[in-house]
Amino acid sequence: MSEDTCLGCQVGDKWRKKRGSLIMALHEIQGVKGYVDWKDAMDLATTMGIPLARIYEVLTFYNFFKLVAPGKAVISVCTGTACYLKGNDKVLEKFKSELKIKEGESTPDHMFHLQCVRCVGCCGLAPVCVVNGKTYGRMTPEQVPEILNEWREVFKEA
Amino acid sequence: MVKLKINNMDVEVPAGTSILDAARSVQVEIPTLCKHPDVDPSAGCGMCIVKVGGRIMRSCCTPVSENMEIITNDAELQEIRKTVLKLILSHHPNDCLNCSRSGSCELQAMSEQMGIDQNEIIRMLSSEPKDDTTKAIVLDPQKCIVCGRCVSICQNVQNVWALSYLNRGFVTKVTGANDTKLGDSPCIKCGQCAAHCPTGAITDYDNTSKVEAMLADKELTTVVQIAPAVRVALGEEFGFDFGENLTGKIYAALRRLGFAKVFDTNFGADLTIMEEASEFIKRFTSNDNLPMFTSCCPAWVDYLEKYYPENIPNLSSCKSPHEMVGAIAKTYWAQKAGVDAAKVKVVSVMPCTAKKWEIARDETMSSSGYQDVDEVITTRELAKMIKKAGINFKNLKEEPADNPLGEYSGAATIFGVTGGVMTAALRSAYFFITGEELGELNFHAIEGLEAVKVAEVDIKGTKVRIAVVNGVGNVEPVMEQINKAIAEGRELPYHFIEVMACPGGCIAGGGQPRVMGATFDKPWGINDEIRKLRSRGLNCEDQCAQNRLSHKNESIQKLYADYLGKPGDEKSHHLLHTKYQKRPLYK
Repeated sequence: MSEDTCLGCQVGDKWRKKRGSLIMALHEIQGVKGYVDWKDAMDLATTMGIPLARIYEVLTFYNFFKLVAPGKAVISVCTGTACYLKGNDKVLEKFKSELKIKEGESTPDHMFHLQCVRCVGCCGLAPVCVVNGKTYGRMTPEQVPEILNEWREVFKEA
Repeated sequence: MVKLKINNMDVEVPAGTSILDAARSVQVEIPTLCKHPDVDPSAGCGMCIVKVGGRIMRSCCTPVSENMEIITNDAELQEIRKTVLKLILSHHPNDCLNCSRSGSCELQAMSEQMGIDQNEIIRMLSSEPKDDTTKAIVLDPQKCIVCGRCVSICQNVQNVWALSYLNRGFVTKVTGANDTKLGDSPCIKCGQCAAHCPTGAITDYDNTSKVEAMLADKELTTVVQIAPAVRVALGEEFGFDFGENLTGKIYAALRRLGFAKVFDTNFGADLTIMEEASEFIKRFTSNDNLPMFTSCCPAWVDYLEKYYPENIPNLSSCKSPHEMVGAIAKTYWAQKAGVDAAKVKVVSVMPCTAKKWEIARDETMSSSGYQDVDEVITTRELAKMIKKAGINFKNLKEEPADNPLGEYSGAATIFGVTGGVMTAALRSAYFFITGEELGELNFHAIEGLEAVKVAEVDIKGTKVRIAVVNGVGNVEPVMEQINKAIAEGRELPYHFIEVMACPGGCIAGGGQPRVMGATFDKPWGINDEIRKLRSRGLNCEDQCAQNRLSHKNESIQKLYADYLGKPGDEKSHHLLHTKYQKRPLYK
């Protein structure tokens, strides 16, 4: 999709006639560009005839939807029971302090996005973090700078 | 009808009635913080739990069924309610002593009623700042208990969609879309959110200190005017019954507060009718931009400018009555009284929060060469000033207003209630067209609280179709009907339409008292029962008035003869009319 086409208008137009399809439309926009911003929401509001306030109620109710472009490397820190008890809360704190962001936020250079997930299904490796699909088991806070540098290198080369 | 037992009493109510309402019908009160008669149940607060055959359920959203056995109050229910309330209180600041809502706060009263004497739950307060960007209402997220009444009123009743929920769970907050400040949102400042808020989370943008400073400045001549709806509501703050008309006492109190002259917005209402009825006749006979909408309600004007900008030409160009009084006070009156207009300050006491915004909405609000109205305070704020000044309002002797800007007709006083502006305009329009007075001055078809009221009026063979809308959320179908007819070139469904943004009209405005009624039939704040009582107060004054016609107001006649010329003339147009602009929903 070229940059000058109005994504919100196209998606809105597609779903306009179907009742209760706001979430589908939001999914579609996020699927294309990775997040839903103010302009997308405004365009959807206009084309679908849904008040902007309602669109943001839905967008902010579900953790899934992102309002700003997420970082290229998405760091998922598992805070499920096993990982949490094994000390992933300290790993999370280390990510936060290293990146100077809170969970659910991205760094200003859009390199990293930090999020918490509940269980990634490998509790035997607890505590676990996942970065763009790559799993890191038996995490300690000391490993955090190493992992960040590893991904900085990946995106430097790209 | 459904038969059931509430606390072992036999009860019979219509099918579909909630347990909460069924209980109320037999004088059993169930505590609730989120349910209000004007909004659908949201099951938000959890206070209204009852036992239905032993199971605990929320009574606001559970309809009655045959042979239900309900217990509304026992030790277990009380204990659970207490815990729920303590959780709510644990993220509400404990600063009742510094809160403007203290004494009329539902949360405070509930806490007392439940016997909360300590709260062992650790207090966690929001650090969100107040939103005072509208300069009309202030939203304080710290005091918000997220009951959702304001959101429901703003979205479902008023159809404005300024307020919404953001996020979920513990961090849920009430704000504009994507945390937009209200001043940059579609908010029309009607203040119905404030009228329905159970706590001090939404309240007036307080101008009382500015007014007190004006009154203290001896260089200034500070005059005041009161809107029609103020006179039948202020008394509630001082223990009078709902709807009692206390005009004379209010004049006396205003004089004691130090206002140099006490005028009445009703004078401006009569003046509005002279201009608006004349404008309507002109537009009707030349088929110019019909239908014509009334323009007295600034929240409605703001709504139309935002949601229906294509209909701007349909609005009457008349200013609202208090703006007319402001313009006339700083020109005609100042000259007559020999006062320097630069030193005249005009304060309006209004049932309305939108009026605070209106006084600076564009440059036509400064037609006298100065800002025509300097400050607006609400009925609630006036009550505060009277209490603070140590005036024993209840026992004050009645006093008259100052003339000439104090004389008014019965037609003027019903401006405060839905259907009133239309009735007043028709009375004078009939006279302007036919040269005769109407035999019957009441138009029963447009009285009452029905959302949209329509009628056809026969003016000596000419049929005028009118509509009266109360509650701006009811305007959409009417607009669609009109714009469809215009687009298809068909006969218009209506020629003249009155719109008041608040359900019931100004008597139930966003700035009116919100005190607890003496009985359970009249609970906190506002409901249809209170709307009817306040309306009756104004209608009675009209019915008993010696003069019930705006054009027979002698001070108005003299104003035209001595100063303005004729309605719609150049001078009238400059001082008494305004213009409109398209406004964005979001800035």
